[in-house]
Amino acid sequence: MEDLHFHHTARERAGGSRKMAIVGVVASGNLEVLVERMLADDECQVEIKTAAVGFGELWNAVVADFVERYAPGGLKFSVNDGGARPDTVSLRLAQAVRLMQEAG
Amino acid sequence: MTDWQRHRKAFDALIEAGSKLAKGKFVEVHDATRLMETVIRPGDRVCLEGDNQKQADTLCGALLAIDTGKVNNLHMVQSGVVLAEHLDLFDRGVATKLDYAYSGPQSARIAQMLFGGKIELGAVHTYLELFARYFIDLTPHVALIAAVSADRDGNLYTGPNTEDTPTVVEATAFKNGIVIAQVNEIVDKLPRVDIPTDRVHFIVKAEKPFFVEPLFTRDPAAITEGQILTAMLAIKGIYAPYGVRRLNHGIGFSTAAIELLLPTFGEKLGLKGKIASHFALNPHPALIPAIESGWVEQIHSFGSEVGMDDYIRARSDIYFTGSDGSLRSNRAFCQVAGLYACDMFIGSTLQIDLQGNSSTVTTSRIAGFGGAPNMGADARGRRHPSAPWLQAGRESDPTASARLRRGRKLVVQIGETFGDKNVPLFVERLDALELAEKLNLDLAPVMIYGDDVTHIVTEEGIANLLQCRDANEREQAIRGVAGYTEVGRGRDKNMVQRLRERGVIRRPEDLGIDPLDADRSMLAAHSIKDLVRWSGGLYAPPSKFRNW
Amino acid sequence: MPKSRQLAADIPHENTKAISFYESSARTRVELLVDAGSFSEFIGPEMREVSPHLKIFDLPEQFDDGIVVGSGRLDSAPIFIAAQEGRFMGGAFGEVHGAKLTGLLRAARDIKSMPVVILFDTGGVRLQEANAGELAIAEIMRAVMEARTAGVKVIGLIGGRSGCYGGGGLIAGCCSALVASEQGRIAVSGPEVIETNRGVEEFDSRDRALVWRTMGGKHRRLLGGAEAFTEDTVRDFRDAAVQLLGSTPDFSLQTLHAEQSRLEERLQRFGACLDATDIWIAEGVPDALNVPAMPADQFVVLADKVRRIRRDAR
Repeated sequence: MEDLHFHHTARERAGGSRKMAIVGVVASGNLEVLVERMLADDECQVEIKTAAVGFGELWNAVVADFVERYAPGGLKFSVNDGGARPDTVSLRLAQAVRLMQEAG
Repeated sequence: MTDWQRHRKAFDALIEAGSKLAKGKFVEVHDATRLMETVIRPGDRVCLEGDNQKQADTLCGALLAIDTGKVNNLHMVQSGVVLAEHLDLFDRGVATKLDYAYSGPQSARIAQMLFGGKIELGAVHTYLELFARYFIDLTPHVALIAAVSADRDGNLYTGPNTEDTPTVVEATAFKNGIVIAQVNEIVDKLPRVDIPTDRVHFIVKAEKPFFVEPLFTRDPAAITEGQILTAMLAIKGIYAPYGVRRLNHGIGFSTAAIELLLPTFGEKLGLKGKIASHFALNPHPALIPAIESGWVEQIHSFGSEVGMDDYIRARSDIYFTGSDGSLRSNRAFCQVAGLYACDMFIGSTLQIDLQGNSSTVTTSRIAGFGGAPNMGADARGRRHPSAPWLQAGRESDPTASARLRRGRKLVVQIGETFGDKNVPLFVERLDALELAEKLNLDLAPVMIYGDDVTHIVTEEGIANLLQCRDANEREQAIRGVAGYTEVGRGRDKNMVQRLRERGVIRRPEDLGIDPLDADRSMLAAHSIKDLVRWSGGLYAPPSKFRNW
Repeated sequence: MPKSRQLAADIPHENTKAISFYESSARTRVELLVDAGSFSEFIGPEMREVSPHLKIFDLPEQFDDGIVVGSGRLDSAPIFIAAQEGRFMGGAFGEVHGAKLTGLLRAARDIKSMPVVILFDTGGVRLQEANAGELAIAEIMRAVMEARTAGVKVIGLIGGRSGCYGGGGLIAGCCSALVASEQGRIAVSGPEVIETNRGVEEFDSRDRALVWRTMGGKHRRLLGGAEAFTEDTVRDFRDAAVQLLGSTPDFSLQTLHAEQSRLEERLQRFGACLDATDIWIAEGVPDALNVPAMPADQFVVLADKVRRIRRDAR
């Protein structure tokens, strides 16, 4: 297993009023994303525990693109990953943000 | 004086010798090996069926037991190297040389045997090409074929899995070759005559039905969100704008997703009647919902598919069936249909390089080509126009004079940027090149060449290679849909942006598709059981697909 | 516990009631089974009560350790609910996973007024946490019996891809009543284990029709091992659970005696049968060979005719 941490500045606060959401399941090729609204409006953190070791650079790229695209300010993402592909990771992160944008 | 009837005389002598073991044309199964020792000569070219689906496994077993003192060094010419016994023939020294088209199930062992020098390789072909050579320079001396039944006159019924048999028999029987058939049973009256008796020389009733496996069944339960997204992109970004009515789907989960999205996503887009109406396609169970929803006018098939017989019978307006009601398939004609009468091929592969060349060869597995190179190639001999064909031609050469500018077949490679075990689809250099060096081949085994590919579809978007003006644009267009693979991350961001502005690359958003909407609820069927329901209970899935 | 909606993202908001139970995650099943918005999770994922053992094996954890537990309302009546996530480690019981269910059942025993609905989706005990897992199974079985003794109904729902195997099968056998769908399977030993131990002639685990005839929801219903059979939708499972909560009688020592005699009679009548089809024929099921292909609504009618539920047993 490998632990990764990413800290980004986000363009704006993630919309919606929900405090927490969870998406996905930990299984081969899949991941779970727990998202909590607990940071300053322009901050975003992504913490990852992954079964696929040695892909730090790839995660870095995926997370950076995700933050740029979705501006999830104020959100902390905690990920348990079972070796999912990058596009599955992007999808789950986006699904998590979408849930948070709903009225809580 | 030259004797111009030598082959005919040799044939007559072999038939006479073999007939001593037969009652008329019928030989007992325990005499099959002796029959072969009598009528096959060392060094003969033998076509053993060896089709994509059905296998003449009893005759293969009889050949394997042959006395190699009497018969050896055979040159096998067959479509498919499918059974372990096909390769055992080489291990035993019964056969030494091989020309074939497809080796999917034996891809690892055949690679080992080729590297180890146990097989002298003629060439790997695409099906239609191999059939073509049966008539020019690879004509079989002996054909070992599989049929469902024979009547007492020796006519054969090959049934839904007719596949390659008529082609193999045509080449062999009309060039002084010997045709030996294994049948499941001998009957008084055949449902229909697929092979007339005067092309059949010996018939063996096997102790069990010939081997046939379901290869074209894809469980809807296994289709992922990524595959659904690529399918949505293909339908909205290619099928719709080009108006593709006549097509072939290579087998795979992305194409299965397309088939299952026609009645839902396709319906919402108002595309029924405008796309996907005429298919060169095996009887894919995944197409049942689209057929039942009125999308499909007709289908011609290369072979059949286990479990589909009753459904096909009940849908004779759609499928090609004989007077008996069962499917009549024909690989050679379906390949021809795919070559000339279809406007699009769409399928998956294992590796794509920066020119768009694709291959399913890796350094330890040689799967061969099957039918893809034929289906997935522009047909330069084609002359009749159609809207998609002309449109593609326009895009590839906008400045040419219209009446001298021929069209192009749409050849689409579809897949997710990372495949099984997270192996990247896109590579700088195909493994096939390394293989060619190792085996000293003239050509690297490329399935589909980059200059035939017109579009690449991944979850990141669609790259239209027709509109690329040079090799550099082509490379960046490919990198621009290669996602987070190394190839994708090596893109020139500015150039990719410009290509997107020109529409050469289109992202899901550009087509009004939100990746978050690509979920399994869009599939017309979620499970094999759903397909059974759609078929009104006519589809009878084989055991391995049941969860009831 | 704070009330929080945990709607999983795998289904769109329309058509929520026709959602496949089999395909849904544990969270989606819970969310859609209880009255809208009534679910309140205990020890939710944000508490990060993960398995203390998986790290040693370099295996990924799940924040809820593969089981969702909490309270909600079913047709306005308060219930406790637990749902196993069959796709995380095969839904198998580990230390935390087991403890969450044990705690839920003990709370039910103490509170007495709220029934428990358990959505089983498990292959049994996690190999990596074998001791803790086996202990958990025993504790849960005891907790189920204590809850039932205190007057609490415990209803089991089985319809996920992992089935209800191993220790899960044992726990299910202790419940007040069970609902199964066609895809659901209930047994103790799994098909591969039987084949490995007894040979393929005894049980061919790749013959899926055989597996489902032997362990699947339809057979369990016909044999009396499940009280209700339902379509594979969350709504249908919900309706069946509501029905059983209303009709399942109180528990007593009489119940256990009746259950013992039910099982003895079953063994006596069908012990010599080699295949489930033989049992169905013996039961007088018309067109027995067609049972697996029969649509759910037809099957329910057939099953009600053939097998009256013994309300006194279990």
